[in-house]
Amino acid sequence: MRHARAFWLFVGPFALGLAVFVYLPIGWSVLLSFFDARNTVTPSTFVGFDNYADMLTDGPFLRSLGTFSLFALFVVPLTFVLSLALALLVNGIRFMRAFFRSVFFLPFACSYVVASLVWKLSIFNGVRFGLANTVLAWFGADPVAWTVSTSPPWYWLVLVTLRLWLQLGFYLLLFIAGLQRIPQVLYEAAWVDGARPGWQTLRFITLPQLRTTSVAVLLLLLIGAYQAFDEFYNVLGNGPFGRPPLVYLYYTALGSGGQDFGHGTAGAVILSLLIAGVTLAQGRVFTR
Amino acid sequence: MISRRRLLSAGAATALLAACGSNTGRGGGGQALRQWYHAYGEPGVQQAVERYAKSYIAPVEVQWNPGDYDSKLATSLLSGTGPDVFESTLQVSAVRSGQIVPLDDVISAAKDDFTASILAGHTVDGHVYGVPQAVDMQMLFYRKSMLEKAGVQPPSTVDELVDAARKLTTGGVKGLFAGNDGGVEVLGGPALWSAGLDYVTPDHKVGFDDPAASSALAKLRQLYEGGSLLLGSVKDWAEPDAFTQGLVAMQWTGLWTVPAVQKALGDDFGVLPWPKLNAAGRPSVPVGAYGSMVNAKSPRVNDAKDFVRWLWVEQTDYQEDFNLSYGFHIPPRKSLSEKADKLKSGAAADAVKFVRDNAKPSNPPDWTSAMRTSFKDAVARIVRDGANPDQELKTVVSKVNDELKRIYG
Repeated sequence: MRHARAFWLFVGPFALGLAVFVYLPIGWSVLLSFFDARNTVTPSTFVGFDNYADMLTDGPFLRSLGTFSLFALFVVPLTFVLSLALALLVNGIRFMRAFFRSVFFLPFACSYVVASLVWKLSIFNGVRFGLANTVLAWFGADPVAWTVSTSPPWYWLVLVTLRLWLQLGFYLLLFIAGLQRIPQVLYEAAWVDGARPGWQTLRFITLPQLRTTSVAVLLLLLIGAYQAFDEFYNVLGNGPFGRPPLVYLYYTALGSGGQDFGHGTAGAVILSLLIAGVTLAQGRVFTR
Repeated sequence: MISRRRLLSAGAATALLAACGSNTGRGGGGQALRQWYHAYGEPGVQQAVERYAKSYIAPVEVQWNPGDYDSKLATSLLSGTGPDVFESTLQVSAVRSGQIVPLDDVISAAKDDFTASILAGHTVDGHVYGVPQAVDMQMLFYRKSMLEKAGVQPPSTVDELVDAARKLTTGGVKGLFAGNDGGVEVLGGPALWSAGLDYVTPDHKVGFDDPAASSALAKLRQLYEGGSLLLGSVKDWAEPDAFTQGLVAMQWTGLWTVPAVQKALGDDFGVLPWPKLNAAGRPSVPVGAYGSMVNAKSPRVNDAKDFVRWLWVEQTDYQEDFNLSYGFHIPPRKSLSEKADKLKSGAAADAVKFVRDNAKPSNPPDWTSAMRTSFKDAVARIVRDGANPDQELKTVVSKVNDELKRIYG
């Protein structure tokens, strides 16, 4: 009895907060997606699956889903490999390990908006005195309008480098934590058995031992790729090039007079299902 | 976890505070009317609007809203906690969903005094929903000395403009700056108007289902492709920096930059509307105005309407002060814009003339967000990617048709 009361005393407020601020809005969104909900969140016109049908035939929305599936295909392995490599390097050095760990982690603490503005306005601006264009000028090349040009689509270079700079540190930290949990005895046993440090121990000890960490990192990376918003919104705005699904949905439902919650929430549900599907498939592949 | 608990206790505390403080309306008239403004950038505006409100016979509480005003306003109108009186641009969806009330009786005494094109931006189905407060407009700025040096006349057709931009591009100077996206954001409308077309016709049909629209947008592509546009500048089209720093010979920007440009360049600049493309078209300037509106969910709609009539129809001296003493706007009322000394010479006088003769609502009420996104996507693909204008516009026309059918049946 006393136990039950203590349980609810501790858990109750948080469960209530979770229900009110997380589950209720999710449930409400799903409900809205079946209504014609323009400029209202208490709609009365039930439209069944019409909003879903509209979104599934909506050119820009489908294109953004396609673009970001492709984006995930590139950026997930890239971030994975780079953060793993960095983690191995940082973990391998004998001195100043904490310093390097902090140095690489620091960008993660930077605001996405601030970083986007630095990338857009200082490094990759299109005028001749921007950082990237100054470097180009050393080699006699003409200035490039990095965030504007679509052929070749240089904006991907801007956004991928930005994303890597912001996120590598976080995944680096996850990998370092994973690396430090591998018992030293395994390496010693391998050494006795004649395995040479380097590729062999990496391939047969480190990577298998990092399996759970790797799966978690992949999962987070995949979800993150589909949920991209801040840096794209701040660097590219609302154009048809490199527009994430969430930016499109934001303009449908919220930004600048959209207020079409029916279609917006239907799109959000479709996106959630897609993310769930992709992560489940990914889990299947990697946990077999 | 802690933060969530904090949030909950903070929520409880605010509820308590709100309960204590809800009845502080001055005098016996009950609660004060609540009026919202977005945060104007010019110093002094906030004090001014508070001063106006204070001199009204009933208590009015002014709230200044920095940040994303449109989203905040939309959310508060949805949830029923919105202000009684607020400034906004007009969207047909707000009318259809009954968020705002018609103000025909409020404006009737002075309706003819308001510039027709401005009032059109606040009218749906023949009813006025907002009383225009201050007019902003965009136009083409050009550097007289640079044009003279290159032997170029101020352009009076789109072809002349394309040609001038090419000739003015030399060394480190580009011909024209119309935004970092190559003009996609701001030149789509002017391109249509240059060919005598429009977003939506007065009888609610697509206004650009016409081969001329393709050729008008192809001109923007020509500008972009020709390398005479400044792209990826640090400041965007709304700031005069690229123009005043001599990075470009011409820039598409707003009336609000005139003081800064005058300070930097003195007399060495002139202004033009966006020129016409062909004989069917006319030169144009996009205009927009925030209008004062009344929340339909307000418990005191009539009091709110009285206040709007008092401030934005009757108090012409306040309207003049609001438009001319702080930033640089044109009063929406002809009687005020004609007698303002500040608007009698130079670029400002030209701007007044353009608003009278060439104004087009930059964002008409029935040009919805879905239409806007679709149109801008197409313009972006045509201009930046070289997509086929006919095909791109076909998609937009069908989208806009669907939307119009939904709105007007």
